[in-house]
This record gives sequence, C-alpha cells and structure tokens, in this order.
Amino acid sequence: MKPAPFDYVAAASADEAVAALAQHGDEAKLLAGGQSLVPMLNLRLARPSVIVDINPVKALDYLREADGRLHVGALRRQRAVERWAGERLPLLAAALKHVGHVAIRNRGTVVGSVAHADPASELPALLLCLDGEVVARGPKGERVIPGAALFRAPLTTSLAADELVTEARFTLPRPEAGWGFAEVARRHGDFALVGAAALLWLDGGGRAAGARLAFFGVGGTPTRGAAAETTLTGQALSAERIRDAARAAAATLKPEGDIHASARYRQDVAAVLAERVLGEAWTRCRKAP
Amino acid sequence: MGAKLFGASVKRREDPRLLRGEGRFVDDIKLPGMLHAAFVRSPHAHALLRGIRAEAAAARPGVARVFTFAELARWMKPLPLFGAIPPGLAARVDVTMRQVAQLAMARDRVRHVGEIVAMVVADSRALAEDAAELVEVDYEPLPAVVDMIAGGAPGAPLIHPEWGDNVALRFKTGFGDAAAALSAADVRVQERFYVQRYVGMPMETRGVVAQWDPRDGSLTTWNGTQVVHFVQQGLVTALGLPANKIRVIAPDVGGGFGTKATGYPEDLLIPAAAIACRRPVKWTEDRREHMMAAAHARHQVHDIEIGATREGKMLVVRDRICVDLGAYNSWGIVLPYNTVAHLLGPHRVPALDVECRAVVTNKTPNAPYRGAGRPETVYAMDRIVDCLARELRMDPAELRRRNYLAEADMPYEIDIPYRDGNRLVYDSGDFRANLDAALEATGYDRLRAEQAAARSERGILRGIGISGYVEGTAIGPYEGATVRMDASGHAVVATGACSQGQGHETSFAQVAADALGIPLDWVTVVGGDTAAIPFGVGTFASRSAVNAGSSILDAAVKVREKLTAAAAALLEAAPADIEIEDGQAFVRGAPASSVSLERVVRSALPTFAKPGAVTADFEATVYHHQPTVTYTSAVHIAHVEVDPGTGAVRLLRYVVAHDCGRLINPMIVEGQIHGGVAQGVGGGLLEEMVYDEQGQLLTGTFMDYLVPTAMELPPIETVHLEYPSPRNPLGIKGIGEGGAISPPAAIANAVEDALSPFGVRVTRAPLGPDAVRALLVAAEEKKARDAGAGGGRA
Repeated sequence: MKPAPFDYVAAASADEAVAALAQHGDEAKLLAGGQSLVPMLNLRLARPSVIVDINPVKALDYLREADGRLHVGALRRQRAVERWAGERLPLLAAALKHVGHVAIRNRGTVVGSVAHADPASELPALLLCLDGEVVARGPKGERVIPGAALFRAPLTTSLAADELVTEARFTLPRPEAGWGFAEVARRHGDFALVGAAALLWLDGGGRAAGARLAFFGVGGTPTRGAAAETTLTGQALSAERIRDAARAAAATLKPEGDIHASARYRQDVAAVLAERVLGEAWTRCRKAP
Repeated sequence: MGAKLFGASVKRREDPRLLRGEGRFVDDIKLPGMLHAAFVRSPHAHALLRGIRAEAAAARPGVARVFTFAELARWMKPLPLFGAIPPGLAARVDVTMRQVAQLAMARDRVRHVGEIVAMVVADSRALAEDAAELVEVDYEPLPAVVDMIAGGAPGAPLIHPEWGDNVALRFKTGFGDAAAALSAADVRVQERFYVQRYVGMPMETRGVVAQWDPRDGSLTTWNGTQVVHFVQQGLVTALGLPANKIRVIAPDVGGGFGTKATGYPEDLLIPAAAIACRRPVKWTEDRREHMMAAAHARHQVHDIEIGATREGKMLVVRDRICVDLGAYNSWGIVLPYNTVAHLLGPHRVPALDVECRAVVTNKTPNAPYRGAGRPETVYAMDRIVDCLARELRMDPAELRRRNYLAEADMPYEIDIPYRDGNRLVYDSGDFRANLDAALEATGYDRLRAEQAAARSERGILRGIGISGYVEGTAIGPYEGATVRMDASGHAVVATGACSQGQGHETSFAQVAADALGIPLDWVTVVGGDTAAIPFGVGTFASRSAVNAGSSILDAAVKVREKLTAAAAALLEAAPADIEIEDGQAFVRGAPASSVSLERVVRSALPTFAKPGAVTADFEATVYHHQPTVTYTSAVHIAHVEVDPGTGAVRLLRYVVAHDCGRLINPMIVEGQIHGGVAQGVGGGLLEEMVYDEQGQLLTGTFMDYLVPTAMELPPIETVHLEYPSPRNPLGIKGIGEGGAISPPAAIANAVEDALSPFGVRVTRAPLGPDAVRALLVAAEEKKARDAGAGGGRA
C-alpha cells in the first residue's frame, strides 16, 4: 500500500501554494493534516501528480474571534479548535469529539475537513448550521464563499482547482441560544450514518426567534433543514411542534444507502435525530435578555 | 516440588519490549541487498486466465524479476491440505469429502478476488507496486458463486468443474431417535439463523522474509506464522530440500487468531523468489491484501429445531447446517465437524439429528478463526434455546438451569465421535455452576427487576442475554519441549508452540521455573524457531498451554533429576536427600550446605585434573502425547441497552464465568478472555466481510470492516471456576479461544430480550443500528397489518 509516484512541493507561503495549484491545476492536491488524503494516496484511490504541502505556512495556523465570528486558519488543528470551543462554542466542541479520534484530530485541520466536503463528516454541516463561510485565495486574489454555496456533491465543492481555502468562519451564536448535536455512527469516531446539529433561540415572549438545523450523512452534501427552521421561527414551541418540524425537514432529504445503512434508515433516523437535537437546543435555550 | 509461580498473576515478561517498541516483527528484519515483493492479484471473483504480459513491468527501473506461474512451475506443488478424516471418525460417520489443493499462484483460473496471479520483485515496495500495475492479465470472467445456499444447489456455476457441483463435504450424524422425540415433544421451535462472514484481524498483518545461503544451500525464512514447523514442512515438499536446510523463524508476532495458522501461497513464493534472485526478499502484507487474501472465517446457515416438554426438559435438537468454505476446501472436516461436535454444548439432550454440508464459493478461503465453528454453532443453539424459553414463557436462565449438566454428570459422553476420532466425553466441569456464578456476578434477579422498571417508567429498553458453551480444547496429537541448563545454571526452554501475544514467555516460564526450582528470571523461553526443536505442531486451537506446558513440565522434571544427581555427587549426599529451591541445591535439613546451580552444572564439566562428577548433560526433550481434547466451559452474560429511535445497541456490562481448569496465570487468562470477548463483540455488533453479487469485496478497508475499539467495549468481569482436567499432568485446559465463542449469541439474546415488548426475533448477526431498527419497523408494520386485518374481520 504505497502511493503512486508524485512530486512534492513544500509551499513557504499561501501565495506559493496558490501558484503551485495554478501551475498544476487538477493534477495537484493540497496537503494539510493529511487524514483523508494520505489514506487515499496509499490506496491509490487518489493519484495526484503533485502534492502541495502547506504545513510550512505557519501564518495559516491561527484561531481568533472577531466581528462575532470564529476565524480558523487553514493549518489550525481540530484538536486545538476543540480545546478552544469547549467553553465558547460547545456545539462545535460536541461535533469535534465525533471527528475520528484524538490522534486524528491532533493532525487533522478544520479547514481541511470543510474543503474535503465528505457529506458524512461533521464540520461541513457545522459550517452550515453556524452560518459559516470560507475564504478562498486564488491567483486573482481572495473571495468569500458562504457555506450554502460551497458544497456541490460528495467530495466536491465550488472551489476552483487553483484556490486554497485559507480560513473558515463560523458565526458565534448569541449567548441565549441553545444547541443540540447527535449522530449515529457504527463506532465512535466513524463517519456518520446520520447526523444533525441544531441551534435555537427565543424571543422575550418565549417564542422561537430563530432556528438552525443541519444534517450530515443523509445526502451528497450537508443539508440545512430549512423546512424546520421556517416552521419553528416565530412560533411557541412544544414537543409536538418540534417533532413535526423535524419530520418536515427530514422528509426533504434524499439519502442513499450503503453497506452500513439503507436509505430508508437514514431518512427515518434523520427525523429522529432532528427531533432530538431541536429538543436539546430548546432545553438549553435561555430567555432573551 | 513447590508450586510457587504456578497460579500467580506474574506480570508478562514480554510486555516491556513490546510496549517500548523494541519488539522484533517480520517487517523489522532488514537484510543487506534485500528486495521487496508486491503481488498482482485477481480483481475478479471467478475468471479464466487467458494470458499474462509482464514485459513492461519487468522493464521498469528497479525491478529485479516478475514471476508468473510459468517461471515458477517447478515449485508449484499443491499447497498443503488440512482436516483429513481420522479413522475413528470415519468408522462412525459417513463423510463425503472433496478437496482440491490451491496452487501458490493461479495457473489457469482464479477463484476469488485477491488470488495471486503474478509477483513483482523490486528494489523497494513502492517500485514493486508501481510495476505490478503494469502487468497485463487477460481474464475471461465467469459467473461467480456468492451465496452458499444457491451455490450448493444443482445448476450453480462450478468452481472446481471436476466435482460436478460445489458441495465439498457432506455428512449426517446424531444419536437417539430424533424423529420420535420430535413428535413426542410438547413444544417445538424452529428457526433459520445466519452467522456472517467475519475474520481474525491481527494488528500485525502477515509477512515473510527469505534468505538463500548459496554457501551451504540453506534457506532461512522469517514468517509471521503460528506454525513454524508446518511452514517448514510445506517448503520441504515444494523446494525438495531436507528439513535441516530450511529454518523457519517466527519472531514477535502481533496476533494470530488462526488467521496465521493456515498455509499461504506467500510462504512459498517469497522463498522461491529469494532462491531465484539470489538475494533476500521481503513481503509485508498490506491491510488491503489482508482483507481480500488472508483467511476468512465463520459464515454458516443453521436451520435448527428444538423439542422439549412443557416443563422445559429438552428432548431433541435437529439442525441442518450449511458452511461457506470460500474458494477452496483447505480445512476439510475441521470447521464443519467442529460445528457439529459443539452444538449441544452444556445441555443434556437425549437425541440429536444433524446434517451438514459445506459449499465452496468465489470468496476468500475460510480457515479456523478463534473458536473455529463454535461461535457459529453456539449462536444457533443459544438463539433457539431463547426462542424455546419465550415459547414456554420461562425465564431463559431457568430453562438453561433445568438442562445444563453439572459436576455429578461428569464424565459425560455425547454419543458421536469428536473431530479427532475419539469418543466425545466431557472430562470435567460443572456447567450449572458456571451459570449460577455468572448469574450471581451479574446480579441477574436485580437486573430483571430494573429492566421491567426502566421499561415501564422511563421507556428505556434494556436486555439481558445468556450464552453458554463447552469447548474441546488443546487438540493433540503432541507438542514438544526441550529444557536445558546453561553454564550459569539458568534454563532455556524451547518449544514448537510459538507465541503471537499469548504470554508464553511468562506462563511457560512459570511452569518450568517451578519444576526446576529456579527463579522465573532464570528461564528463557524460545518459541517459533525450527532450529531450536526439530518437531512441532504450533499454536492454535487453544492447545499450547496443555500440549507444550505438559511437555515443558515433564522435560523440566527430567532435568531436575539430572541436577539432583549432580548435586548429590557434589555434596556427597544421596540424591533422595537433595532439594533444589530458588536456584540453590542443598541437603535436606542442612541449608548451610547450599550450592548454586551454577556450581552444580560446572561440577559436571571435566577439568585437566579429573572428569566431571557426572556427565554434563542437563538437557531433556519430551514430546507430550495428547490423545484427545479437554473441555473448557463458560457462561457469558451480556447486558445491553437499545435505542429504539436509532437502533443503536450499547453494551452496558459483560460477565464471563468460566472453567479452564487450573490457572497458570490468572492475569493472562483474563487477558485472553478480554481479547476473545472483544472479537466476539465485533462479531455480534460490527464485523462482516460483505461481497456483492459479482463476488467483489465491499469491505476492503477499516472504514468498512469494523473491528471494535476500546470505545465500544464495556467493562468485562470474569469469574474463575477451577475444575482440573484429568487429561494432563498440570490439570489445565485451553482458554485461547473461549472468550470469542459466546458474545454473538449473548448479545443477540440480550437485544431480543430488550425488544421483547415488540415481539421481534433476531436471526442474523451483526446487529448494527440499521438491522435493529429494521426489526422494530417490521414489528410495527406487522402490528399495524394485524390490527387492520382484525378490524376488517370485525
């Protein structure tokens, strides 16, 4: 299990990495944490002719809070973000605990996971749930891509072949918002068969002022549960209303089956998990100040 | 002699080097000028080979040779076959069996994905893999046989065309009047159970290094095998060299589980490449190769029926068993007959009627894996026993108590032969005591009360599952040991039973140190080297403690006699008055006379002044003969919680009450049980080798073939019961496999118990969340249909 031959470029800066991408186009692959890429190389499922390693670009190893958002640089490891998120963004911390195992999170990057766009992984769904966006740098400069416009298909994004994601941004929920996270995987740390994340916040009268719901593992891309979000917003909450909203959202999904779970299982359990995460979020809501 | 170490939880002496990364595995062997091999393996489940073009691969820079069948034809003797029918078995059971030996490289037909078609040898593994991609093979694909039931039926595509069908083995056996017992039974319960294909998955994959020494025409090969002498014998046959010119060494081996106890093409191909290239050659199996080409296991279908009285007294078991062998019947009678011999287990059943057939399919060949037929048969039996309990509305523990054999029943004969041809007689044990101990350790009655409360008050679904087995362990016919003293008065113990992590360096040393009267640290255990002892069988079938342990004991006793004679001469006392303890010899009652064993040994060496006091022979070799097995037994109890929304099963607790005779080292025994249970949990909840309808393997990586991790395992509690075996001098029984036997059955019983309000029946493993939820959905739909139909009639 050795990779097919490839050339290796150690990029000294983001611009060098972008230049290498521009030169090699589809033939090049970026290496950050390597937790998805390296196994695919060794299995010869991925056969890039050039690996562009951005690990030397220390300027991309950052995490900061600014303008109500969390900014994560392309080299910041998942484990470091998990440690930070424990208090500040417990929804993200809860999701990260399901990303592989500690050894994997010590190497894997948040941005890498988002850009890899595995539909069964947690972080792309979190980007949707937290109204996130990514900053893509290409030969002509930077652009910002909202999460909703990023994910196209399994392992496929709207990024151009010569673009490097330098940063992912997650909106910090308002303090009174409650959150919920759940996933079913065959084992702890496996990719999800079904997963869901939710945020919910209330107005002064105890009605839902806003809701976010995102699914993963139940389609070719992570998916916002828009049907639930609109159904709940502005309404007085009840267990029945949450269940109906969850079912409405799950009904819009189009999952496929594989050896680990059938399409029907994924669809049915998406409704179950959506109900649970919305219920958890409701329980965690604090009254608006 | 005193038993100072036997029975003590001595820490494993091999662990420091393994934990520090200082172990030496096959892949750690690096020789000057070494080449690396990669294999071209069939991507088809079933195809004719029409041609191979290797010129482009051979022309790649760094490639030494590309070998196809034609280049290696003179060495392409059939791989060894196992599981011949012993005369004692043939005399009583009419077995129809066909075996075709696999060739190390496919000649004209491939029969499973992963079968070797060509071998590339190059300066590095990466170069060899690059070149292997350039070997062009013309395949003419044939229809694949994937399903064992359809594959065994007439008209299926033929895997070995000369047979005329795909049934490799067929027999009937039993005792009593099963038909009469069934018609007389108050209650009969019948079901079809499927046990999936799952496999031993050692942390270290297989590997072979071979070095040819043209100086004396000898071959040394390092092989991560459980059976060094067996590999040696295979090379003797294929290479035409005498055994003393072939040295097989199994260095540290990272897990075997039976997967490394079978004969493999690479055992021969790597040595053949080393001889042909006149350079050392290494091959380290990668995980993808392991998944598709290392032995698979399990995979049976049971149509089982049980008959009983209304009071729950079992009267009869009838079973129709189908065994999937994969592409070759390499193991003959072993897996099918193990299955039959262990079906009744701890139960007293007066009549048995079994028919068994084993079918070849276009999948990786099966071989014994930790339990070897027993987990499958125990799954069928313990599931049908639980179904019977439900039918009788009887607690499953109570039903078992009424039918389990107890100590007063021993010895107890089941009136069919054992697989070795001898009578199947349980030698010792108390299966009811196992049950009671497990129930007590679990707090069974309390858990039952809690279960009802949790269900009614909180809607939480918890279940308790019981499974019991009786296992023939320590199959013979022999193992050997050489014990010898060195000039320091320390001992070396050599045996053909090599270790794959079982702790032989500790437990064997405990036996030897006690018998010799020396400290544990003075014993060096050597396994896995054909140069250390000429004959051996190997480590598998829970056999090493009994077979090698007994040899070590007997050989050490003989050496101690020699030491005693020498000490008697040195101390000018009668041998009967000599004692040896802690490495010192002394005259009984006169500890001041004490001399070190080093002095005793050296006193036998001649000097210029005088000959030795005795001959300087402090060595003995004993080959312990073990005519038949000894019976280990256990009861396992699983406590689970099922999430009805997601179908997820969580193991809350796992309890094992077992008897493996006298314990040499309780900590090592517990480690064996924990490891076995972990693999059994894999079989119960996670692991399955899945093929599609074309015979393509869908579970070729650890992303898809799911072994349990520490996160999936509950605390495992063990209770030791000790009923010494009368069949060996140490009173011990095998424990290597037992842990893996019962978990799939115990877990399935627990899940069905948890879901009893829904009336589901579990018939398949593994119980992943989709499978469990599908049971619930089907039950709900049936309920709705029944309600609808009832409404219609009303």
